[in-house]
Amino acid sequence: MSVGTSYAEVMARRGAIVRESIGLDYARYATGALAFDYERLLADTGYGLDEVRGIQAKTAVGNTPLVELENVTALARSAAPPGRGARIFVKDEAANPSGSFKDRRASLSIHEARRRGFAGVVAATSGNYGAAVASQAAKAGLGCIVVQEAFDSRGVAQPETAEKTRACEAYGAEVIRLSVGPELFYVFLRVLEETGWFNASLYTPYSILGIETLGVELVEQVRERTGRLPDVVIATHAGGGNVTGTARGLRAAGACETRLVAASVDLAGLHMASDRDFNRKSFTTGHTGFSLPFTTWPDRADVPRNAARALRYMDRFVTVTQGEVFWATQVLAELEGMERGPAGNTSLAAAFALARELPEDGIVVVQETEYTGAGKHPIPQLELARRMGVEVRRGDPHESKPGQSIVIPERPEQLEAPDVDLEAVRRSYLRHAAESLPAAALLTDADRAFLIEETRASADMVEEVLDATHPTTG
Amino acid sequence: MAEAVAAGTWVEIHRVVLEAGQRAPQVPDDTAQVPLEMRVKGFLVAPGAPGDTVEIRTPAARRLRGTLVAVNPAYAHGFGAPIAELQAIGGEVRARIAARKAER
Repeated sequence: MSVGTSYAEVMARRGAIVRESIGLDYARYATGALAFDYERLLADTGYGLDEVRGIQAKTAVGNTPLVELENVTALARSAAPPGRGARIFVKDEAANPSGSFKDRRASLSIHEARRRGFAGVVAATSGNYGAAVASQAAKAGLGCIVVQEAFDSRGVAQPETAEKTRACEAYGAEVIRLSVGPELFYVFLRVLEETGWFNASLYTPYSILGIETLGVELVEQVRERTGRLPDVVIATHAGGGNVTGTARGLRAAGACETRLVAASVDLAGLHMASDRDFNRKSFTTGHTGFSLPFTTWPDRADVPRNAARALRYMDRFVTVTQGEVFWATQVLAELEGMERGPAGNTSLAAAFALARELPEDGIVVVQETEYTGAGKHPIPQLELARRMGVEVRRGDPHESKPGQSIVIPERPEQLEAPDVDLEAVRRSYLRHAAESLPAAALLTDADRAFLIEETRASADMVEEVLDATHPTTG
Repeated sequence: MAEAVAAGTWVEIHRVVLEAGQRAPQVPDDTAQVPLEMRVKGFLVAPGAPGDTVEIRTPAARRLRGTLVAVNPAYAHGFGAPIAELQAIGGEVRARIAARKAER
């Protein structure tokens, strides 16, 4: 029997395709109309922290150096009130085999795919995760296909993604390069269906458990170096996996008082599915175009239940501008001798602002770096921006407008990391939750408890938003 | 007429996946007005010339058909000319640190 391959027909089969390609029956974990047993979904994978560390050690993933950025700290203090300016450390995740923390996410997925006898893996990603999956698949002897959103309708490639195409092909993967649009998911589903390979989604339990080791190592290293725990850990935030996995690792290592700050590049005003806007942004990930939608509704991912649930874990959510990140990237190279990719320095830019709030004996950890190279670098990004008509200049970065201007700071005092209003984010999540309910659905006490856990909102706020959005839920 | 390329050559093919009128309902207008295009590289299965519909074997051993658009395509991404707005930063921040040390 032949099955239809039109967009509508394939999308109608998405549930079955995803279930086959991950081998997880998400329906088993439902505990209410909305609620599901998140911890059991993770625990049922059977992977404990020590086992994950062992699996990652076999492919030289993890155990990356923690570097104290003494010169960056001195610069931050020069812009801070007397007695302020915490010590800034960075976890040099560029030391992973494919050059980013994404190796942690890929390692457990590929281990699981091989254990279950899949012949290959497929991933939908335009960034570092593709290289990580391709690298791990190469080591495991599995086939690999990476589906990228890579170029606009004029054929102009995003430089960062062009480099990931090269890297994935270097690891022996097939790379499907697509023009701009969310129908990438349709192509991805067709490839899964045709090959019967494993869906190495960024959002499975395996992907999240693989990051917990980062949080654990970080705590161990800070403790060994300073005799205490970090005050603040800053994680670059996009789909939520980095925040979720790192925070879970911090807790597992006993750093329950450490504050987890999510940081994203502000791309307000740019449409993520717009062909025109595609090359008017200089970051392909770690930006608000992903982090806001995924924080306010994580289950928009390519799996039915996203294991990355950032709102459960973030204590603060801040944004930085593109110009601030490029400035921080240059500073890291010139003051610390560490030339690293710009996207990974999103949280470093935020660290300048956040370190100023803490006393000099405070500890701020930037939890990742990524490799740099052709395309994945401030120079080609700014060159492309100029070609697309985006103004690049020095000045006050907060005068910049995404897609129109990139303003590179003149002084460290100009770096700020304004807070995203978490109350508004919580309300937005709750509205999405209410809207996802079928009209006749009734919410149970388990659903209400779940929503409080998901959002860290008060019971009153949950009731208020539900009443306003879905009047029949009471 | 373009010259035929030997079987086994590393090439890129191009195909339209969804025509402009078939795009997903949620895409913005500018995206809806253009097709969803696909480019994939692999080894040419039988001789063919640029512009021909050909078959490739991808590194994942899949057979795909499309229009042959590039033969042994170069990785054209690079760095480009230095950006003056970034070049000034190193001197500025080193001077600040030096000034702070001198104050102490």
